[in-house]
Amino acid sequence: MRLFRADLHIHSCLSPCAAIDMSPKAIVEESVKAGMDVIALCDHNSAENVGAAMRAGSRVGLHVLPGLEINSEEEVHILAVFDTEDQALSMQEIVYGRLKGSNRPDVFGDQVVANEFDEVEGFNDRLLIGAVQMELRDLVREIRRLGGLTIASHVDRPSYSILGQLGFIPEDLPLNALEVSRNGSIEDLRRDMPGLEERGIGLVTSSDAHEPGDIGSAVTCFLIETPVVGELAMAFRREQGRRVEFSCGNG
Amino acid sequence: MKVRDIADRFDLKTVAGEKGLDREIQGGYCGDLLSDVMANTGDGALWLTIQSHKNVVGVAVLRELAAIVLVNGREPDDDTKAKADEEGIPILTTRRSAFETVGRLFGAGIGRVDG
Repeated sequence: MRLFRADLHIHSCLSPCAAIDMSPKAIVEESVKAGMDVIALCDHNSAENVGAAMRAGSRVGLHVLPGLEINSEEEVHILAVFDTEDQALSMQEIVYGRLKGSNRPDVFGDQVVANEFDEVEGFNDRLLIGAVQMELRDLVREIRRLGGLTIASHVDRPSYSILGQLGFIPEDLPLNALEVSRNGSIEDLRRDMPGLEERGIGLVTSSDAHEPGDIGSAVTCFLIETPVVGELAMAFRREQGRRVEFSCGNG
Repeated sequence: MKVRDIADRFDLKTVAGEKGLDREIQGGYCGDLLSDVMANTGDGALWLTIQSHKNVVGVAVLRELAAIVLVNGREPDDDTKAKADEEGIPILTTRRSAFETVGRLFGAGIGRVDG
């Protein structure tokens, strides 16, 4: 086993709120520069740029996990992180089936689909900032059915977080982890919500990068065999010697 | 009634988007789920919410709302204020709850606006 430096929450130019220079290729280059071993690309309600990022990553030896940051009916953000592009696209299909509206680029921003060579392939017309008309519980179930990790985003922030919107973590919600944003504190969360790790819910911090300079601004290290979803899940549950470390990250 | 008038009359503090204070109020809507507001508010509504992030301004632009009122003492994020200034959507704040604020506004004749 070895330590993998991970940033599991990065947005590309497909997210309306992200910078235009967050192309899949640029994200991979910046992630390598920031010393990452593994990243997850999680655009709002869409996985249309994950394939490009995975291909760009494989050229330089960076593990890119395909993901989405899904906005539930309760307007809670949840990260779905997968191993294969097909899994992410299957989740995207479910999401698109329950997502209404069209984007207004002048109001919310452009949603750029790009390839691994930094070429624009097109623009996504859906209202990606919108809420998927599906309850959190059902979303989590679908993500797990497809083999994905379920991570509640930036729980320390008031907006779009499970604690901000619901105020608590439902007992029967099978989450792999809670994410603390780059300005938040893992220690504070452990103090405020004791017993999480005993319930099998891990903790993670990630950058939620919207600009190139954000990448790696919050890092979580995983002591695992290989950077795949199954191993990450074991690390969150501290099984068979796998574990998560936070002090390794920002050196 | 203009946004400026209700700001004065109900002691709502203008914290951003001053250039939109002369927008006309057609009615009101109250909600904290953006998807619900987008689907159900009418144009020209005064929108009461606790949500203080930047996307509330996007929703206000999209639905041509008159102004946003943040209740319960909530303050807008800095990027929310910047966007509101840019778009000319006033953001007003009050320490009162949504319930109490709606009661006062309704009593003053600001009613439902159909979506």
